[in-house]
Amino acid sequence: MQRILVFIPIVVVAILGGFFLWGLNPDRDPNAIPSVLISKPAPQFDLGPIAGVDSPGLKTSDLAASGEPVVLNVFASWCVPCRAEHGVLTRLARDEGFDLMGINYKDKPEDARAWLEELGNPYARIGADETGRAGIEWGISGVPETFVVDGSGTVVWRYVGPIATEQSQDELRAALAEARGGAGS
Amino acid sequence: MKHLLSLIFVLLAGIALAVEPDEILDDPELEARARAISKDVRCVVCQNEPIDSSNAGVARDLRILIRERLVAGDSDDEVRDFLVEKYGDYVLFKPPFNAKTYALWLAPLALLGLGGLAAATVFSRRRGAADAQAGLSDEEEAIVAELMQRFGQDRQDKDG
Repeated sequence: MQRILVFIPIVVVAILGGFFLWGLNPDRDPNAIPSVLISKPAPQFDLGPIAGVDSPGLKTSDLAASGEPVVLNVFASWCVPCRAEHGVLTRLARDEGFDLMGINYKDKPEDARAWLEELGNPYARIGADETGRAGIEWGISGVPETFVVDGSGTVVWRYVGPIATEQSQDELRAALAEARGGAGS
Repeated sequence: MKHLLSLIFVLLAGIALAVEPDEILDDPELEARARAISKDVRCVVCQNEPIDSSNAGVARDLRILIRERLVAGDSDDEVRDFLVEKYGDYVLFKPPFNAKTYALWLAPLALLGLGGLAAATVFSRRRGAADAQAGLSDEEEAIVAELMQRFGQDRQDKDG
């Protein structure tokens, strides 16, 4: 018994050391909010189009309608990082050949329209979420946020913040490739 | 004293401001429940602030949502479950007891147990040492007596 007790401090130090090592890991982002949506079906929502914009509205069933993975982007005209990622998303949608779906979060229709007219409209469908209720369904903490939904309507990836850095673009491509591989098998 | 009081009132006013007048329900009982729930719900934007005292847009939306669900007849737990479903356990300041949080809830007890065990061993050992200093046991007295006798005989033999 006494022999075993001698090792207790060593075990305690090892556990604490492991915890500190985990805490010091530079890849860990302590501010990251874990998403509960991953690997779950896309939440239920049904949004009408933005008044005066050509893109039709967006509801849950639209996401899996094509059987191909789609990218859902939550954006707003009043959100500065959204402006930064807009060009990147437009180019990615064209190069990677995915349907880009939009949720226009807590925006005034006329502001959203002017924003899309100025920067271009890469969205296949845009749902106008004027109350922010669909945003809560998606568990977003702000804009922009981007999701990948696979062909069966399951959320497979979430990104908080603008898709502007190389790293975020690579992550999006990887998530998309995985969703395509998963849907094909 | 006067200054301290006014400081307290000023600070309290800041807390009360977050819940805007148009959000407050007419039914004081429901409003009290809404306030109680929102004090334990994390604002997902500001992260360390409850939505009850946060001015963030999402916090306001969640406050209104909580009140809507209460008016619709949800229980407090149903409202909390609804929020957890959207934002995860993370949204609650008081983490629930489930498979993911066993370590969190049980680690203090385990550490207390380990500490208690270590303390018990140390104290029992110290008491053992104290007893030994207080005097010799009967067996030890016998051994000493025997040794003394033998030593005495040795000396006698040498002297003789």
